[in-house]
Amino acid sequence: MTSTTLLFLVIGLGLVAWFFGRLKAAGLHTRGKGSRSVLHSLPNYHGWYVALWAIVPATIFMMVWSFVSPSLITDAALNSPAAAQLPQGGFARGAILSEARAIAYGHQVNAFNPLSQSMVTPYREAISYYQMIGAVAALLMVFACGVYAWLRIKPDLRARTKIERVTMMVLLLASLIAIVTTVGIFLSLVFETARFFSMVSPIDFLFGTEWNPKAVAGPRGETGFGAIPLFWGTVFIGAIIAMIVAIPLGLMSAIYLTQYAPAKFRSWMKPILEVLAGVPTVVYGYFAALTVAPALRDFAVSIGITSASSESALAAGVVMGIMIIPFVSSMADDSIAAVPSSMRDGSLAMGATHSETIKKVLIPAALPGVVGGVLLAVSRAIGETMIVVMAAGLAANMTANPFSSVTTVTTQIVQLLTGDQEFDSPKTLAAFALGLVLFIVTLLLNLIALRVVKKYREAYE
Amino acid sequence: MNDDKKMQESSESINMTDPATTGATSESGTPKMTARNVNVFYGDKQAINDVSIDVNMDSVTAFIGPSGCGKSTFLRCMNRMNDTIPIARITGDIRLEGDDIYAPQMDVVQLRARVGMVFQKPNPFPKSIYDNIAYGPRIHGLATGKEELDHIVESSLQRAGLWSEVKDRLQDSGTALSGGQQQRLCIARAIAVDPEVILMDEPCSALDPIATAKIEELIHELRGQYAIVIVTHNMQQAARVSQKTAFFHLGTLVEYGETTDIFTNPREEKTRDYITGRYG
Repeated sequence: MTSTTLLFLVIGLGLVAWFFGRLKAAGLHTRGKGSRSVLHSLPNYHGWYVALWAIVPATIFMMVWSFVSPSLITDAALNSPAAAQLPQGGFARGAILSEARAIAYGHQVNAFNPLSQSMVTPYREAISYYQMIGAVAALLMVFACGVYAWLRIKPDLRARTKIERVTMMVLLLASLIAIVTTVGIFLSLVFETARFFSMVSPIDFLFGTEWNPKAVAGPRGETGFGAIPLFWGTVFIGAIIAMIVAIPLGLMSAIYLTQYAPAKFRSWMKPILEVLAGVPTVVYGYFAALTVAPALRDFAVSIGITSASSESALAAGVVMGIMIIPFVSSMADDSIAAVPSSMRDGSLAMGATHSETIKKVLIPAALPGVVGGVLLAVSRAIGETMIVVMAAGLAANMTANPFSSVTTVTTQIVQLLTGDQEFDSPKTLAAFALGLVLFIVTLLLNLIALRVVKKYREAYE
Repeated sequence: MNDDKKMQESSESINMTDPATTGATSESGTPKMTARNVNVFYGDKQAINDVSIDVNMDSVTAFIGPSGCGKSTFLRCMNRMNDTIPIARITGDIRLEGDDIYAPQMDVVQLRARVGMVFQKPNPFPKSIYDNIAYGPRIHGLATGKEELDHIVESSLQRAGLWSEVKDRLQDSGTALSGGQQQRLCIARAIAVDPEVILMDEPCSALDPIATAKIEELIHELRGQYAIVIVTHNMQQAARVSQKTAFFHLGTLVEYGETTDIFTNPREEKTRDYITGRYG
């Protein structure tokens, strides 16, 4: 019996337990004083109570058993007479054992080593033996726990309270999974980065100005891991060029939509702007690489900048800015809309014009929210990958010339981790260090942005 | 000393709100604002039905009536604040010193500088106390220099009875003041652009009794310098602060007359019922 069928069997038995639990509770369900039932909880809750008791402990046991049983199986197989012929220790022994195990489980059909073939039978026996034990124990648990719960069904059993608690635990577990995963990712980044820094000095990495990871020569004292050009390229594209595009356009569109647009136009325009946020970034990427970049290069050449590259910071930055507009615009929109209308009325009643009111009252009052939105947008922009991979280029230039090619942290991570690689070379590990830097920077930006936004919200509520 | 004198001179030239000066432009008896046959619609719903009323310079006019009777709507027509509501439509004729305020050549910005407004909830801008007061003079270019602006701020705060409380912290945020102080700040802000009429839309409904008493005192002091119209829920307040009272009911003006007459000897049955608390 495989563990999958066993699991289904346990769940099936759980449903049966649900039925019996409900049946017993329904039997107890008599009218007490007035129209009130003597049961504390509805029969359904009793059913769930018994079913959960039947399923959960047995499932937990099966999970534990699946971790414990392989070593028990190996021990049992090694105690068999066939194991006496095996070589003592070393690589050969391990290879034979794993081959035998693979055949026994049916993952592999033929053995290369005749010794493995001889080990298959003891393995098979051990496997079926321990599987049997596991299955019997699990089924016994289903029955024991189910019957225990069934016996506990009494009119005053607070089954509903208990089920509510289980529901709460399940929801808690669901929310923990996301957090635990994030922590896990962070820890793996930290450990890999620590390995990287044992090969390359953190100072060289964080403050070095030459990025050329292909120049790796020996195990110590490598050069070419100076990440400053990458940081500069990231900031240049994501925080400077993209924001020069996104902040004015996003803000102005938010002002138009909240203050001037007729309701009908707004109801059309806002969803369209939000759709812009849903366009896959790879689409923006080829738009940047195939349309914007050549056009910009031609333009640069026509105004006399002959060194203009076909992959330019400007192309990537402008397209990224366009991608970011919906974020800036919707955050600005929210914060302008959150300014109490009494503020606007107050200003209008002073004889201020519409645009004076916007400039002198609404924008200043909405500024913290707008700043928060911009910070969130920056953190998104510097983490953005596809556009820069396709349009920004790979050359790690330290330049403020928007027509030249620069590279970013994300682009280099993609470069370092695509294709064949070994996971202990500094070249690969550098990707983790870059990832960690990016992670920390975006985390800080998000924290600051959320704090700014929250502080601002408190001021008006 | 010399500076002080200069400041005083400029005060006279800016704030032509001296009772003597204003009396000349509008002799008592000549109404400051006149409304004739005003109807207001919100979409299909009629909110104001054929209201005609005169507002005088030398008296405080109170609009009273039960909730939803249209008194605030009518007030907002008097400086065209209803323009900000897209579905609002107004017919009839409202004039400020004979000029039709809904005429195409009337600039709404100029109108609102002449007809100021104070709202139900104090709404200081999230700026310093100084900048709150200086807001209007700045957008209307009333001051030519910093000194003149300082003077406008000081005299407006003094008129609003707030100067002694805030003179040492003019750079603090206006929103940090108490509710009553905020409302007086809003009145000072309205005074700062030197309006002819001040509309007050239930200015005390968000305030405690002590702050309310201060605002009422302030209204007394401002009377005669500005034509004041106050909308209020509170009949005692209307009786205390106003010389003329208009009673609105279901969008119509039921009765308009001397406050003493309205409260002691109303002509209309409805007014009597409302005054005596039969409904409201």
